[in-house]
Amino acid sequence: MKKLKLSTFLLAIAAPLAAAVVSIIISSLAVLATKKSPMDAYRTMWDFGTTSASLMQMLNTATPYYIAAIAIAITFRAGLFNIGVEGQLRLGAMFGAYFGAMFALPPVFHIIAIMLIAMTIGGLWAAIAGYLKVKRGVSEVISTIMLNSLAGGFSSYLLANHFADLTTASNNLSTKEIPASGQFPNLMPLLNKLGVEDQPGGGVYGMLIFAIALGIIFWFVINRTRFGFELRASGANPIAARVSGVNSKRMTFVALALSGAIAGLAGLPAVLGDTHAFNMGFRTGIGFSAIAVALLGRNNAVGMAISALLFGFLEVSSRSLELIDIAPETYVIMQGSILLSSVIAYEVVRRYKITLQSKELAKAVQA
Amino acid sequence: MNVKSLKTLRYALLLVLTLSIIRVLTGATDLTSVGTASAALLLSVPIALAGLGGLFSERSGVVNIGLEGMMIMGAWAGGMIGTDHGPWIGLLAGVCFGTVGALLHAIATITFGVDHVVSGVAITIIAAGLVRYISTIFYKSGAWLGPSQSPDVASIGTNGIPVLSGGHYFGWQSPDLLSDLAKKQWFFISDVAAILRGLTGDLSYVTMIAVALVPLSFFILWKTSFGLRLRSAGEAPTAAESLGVNVYKMKYAGVLISGGLAGLGGGFLAIVAANHYQENQVAGRGYIGLAALLFGNYRPGGILMGAGLFGFADALQLRDSASIHALILLIVLILVFLVIRDLRKGKLLKAALTLTFAALSLWYYLAVDELPGQLVTMTPYITTLLVMAVASQRLRMPAADGIPYRRGGMR
Repeated sequence: MKKLKLSTFLLAIAAPLAAAVVSIIISSLAVLATKKSPMDAYRTMWDFGTTSASLMQMLNTATPYYIAAIAIAITFRAGLFNIGVEGQLRLGAMFGAYFGAMFALPPVFHIIAIMLIAMTIGGLWAAIAGYLKVKRGVSEVISTIMLNSLAGGFSSYLLANHFADLTTASNNLSTKEIPASGQFPNLMPLLNKLGVEDQPGGGVYGMLIFAIALGIIFWFVINRTRFGFELRASGANPIAARVSGVNSKRMTFVALALSGAIAGLAGLPAVLGDTHAFNMGFRTGIGFSAIAVALLGRNNAVGMAISALLFGFLEVSSRSLELIDIAPETYVIMQGSILLSSVIAYEVVRRYKITLQSKELAKAVQA
Repeated sequence: MNVKSLKTLRYALLLVLTLSIIRVLTGATDLTSVGTASAALLLSVPIALAGLGGLFSERSGVVNIGLEGMMIMGAWAGGMIGTDHGPWIGLLAGVCFGTVGALLHAIATITFGVDHVVSGVAITIIAAGLVRYISTIFYKSGAWLGPSQSPDVASIGTNGIPVLSGGHYFGWQSPDLLSDLAKKQWFFISDVAAILRGLTGDLSYVTMIAVALVPLSFFILWKTSFGLRLRSAGEAPTAAESLGVNVYKMKYAGVLISGGLAGLGGGFLAIVAANHYQENQVAGRGYIGLAALLFGNYRPGGILMGAGLFGFADALQLRDSASIHALILLIVLILVFLVIRDLRKGKLLKAALTLTFAALSLWYYLAVDELPGQLVTMTPYITTLLVMAVASQRLRMPAADGIPYRRGGMR
């Protein structure tokens, strides 16, 4: 028995390890192709990436990735695929910022109200895909992609024509600033007490704490509640789930809407913690990177946290490559190769495990 | 001519009639102009090529969301190689790069059994990243003016149908009867002439090749033994294997052809539809091609119709926002038609709901003079979504589409 445990552990780390090796080889080749030394690149990235200013930015980059990845993982667990997180988080952040600036509430309640608005908008947007899937049989993959493009056009229309605050003269269209009661406090004062010094770049978003809490809730709901069980059951085997009384159509709709609601929050770390408004500079691409984070993390709360941090680290530390005249976009190659090789490696290991188990079983039966 | 194609022709004429009524009512002359029809064709081609690519892949049983990524690779290669080596070599490079993307997809899904959608999305993410990385290097080396745009590519020649729609044949300048007819501004007749002129005149040679690929795909898939084997891999792989078909090989063939076609579609976007590669040039057309495939119920002719529809929406969006405004009137007419149908069937509640939508659309049409640009760009995506909502229920996809296949029933 103990031997099996050890091999299980080895198998668990085999896949990420193999993926890392392959990705290092591919990224090294990409750097070599520009006639630069990969070792220099990695050393520069490591030196720059491990400064405390970079680590803080890494956390700030990883926070929205993690929230968005959880949103995607909810649908993955239900056997669905929400590619529309990018649009949901954009609309959620914009509506949250716009309405959040219109009223004042006591500090904590104000933040909660903004979050609820963002969740409602994101959830409703994703519910369109849910409705189309359940009632009209439209693949959620196609509909969420189309809804992404629609969200892009819709948000820039609303911002330019209705939501922008025209009282301040600026080239950057922006909603009105959210009052102090609705701004998420920064973690910097807390870190100061722990002996970390201030760094340029704006400290650490307070929503990091929220993201961690969300991860724990996600783990609990998926693995320890009846709802989570039904969600996984309808994803793993829809027919068996229906036979045992799970309404898989309802589950599909709920999973997509819930995923959209969580996705609606993923744009808020920067809005509530830094810009305090939604403007044209709102970061794009969070939703797509988050797909990679969710895939790399196997839709698992801890795994996704690690991969969100890894993606954040690669993105922030690669900025230093400019100094030694290597394209900082190298990080995209690293992320992409990690993604594809890990997806393949997990599949190979999964199949190897099944073969191993059936062999052990055969041995046990013979003995 | 059989009954089915007569029916299609009748619907097409009815559509043109409706459009010409709307044109007269609203004065949106671009709705049925030569320019719109030829732009619609130009923008349908990449969507149709992506759709045909999807057809080969999904008929062999592999879902290909990676079409978008393969198109990105194709468009980028077309711009990069086409700049130095001319447009034809550029298109060929597009095909090759699309095939390379497809090879990755094939290795992941067929050899390793990875989930098809997961692999496809991963390939799209990787393609976008890779292209940006290399473009930045080209920009830094001074070969490109910007990191998101290639230098211009020489253009490919055009021609038309002799006598009817102009063109040059061995130094002979053909008359252009349809153009003359279109200029007369006769109700309906001129509209039909203008659309035909747009569809048949000043055609790029690549467009002709692409349109010819539609019947060719039908022939390959339904009239050759290779096609039968490929389709059997998508319908019943285990049975096919037992009859001696090499299912893995068929799936590889399907996915690689798929990538080549998508790459050609991407190259077309960069070289023919524009004259250089630009970042975000593909802008979801791979996915729209997939939607055209679904709309066409996994048949080449249906794909062509779907691509035409989406290409038309795309063309209007690019050309003239007044036409999109006029299209709201078309939506009102369609809704009124639906109301009448529901009333006949006695579905009062549904009819009332649809009527409310029709009234709202009409009110919006009358209240707004011109649609804001940001909303106009949404037209192709909203068309895709609406069409999918109507058309998705009568789909018959290949029976084993999307299911990872292992030889000998291994898991």
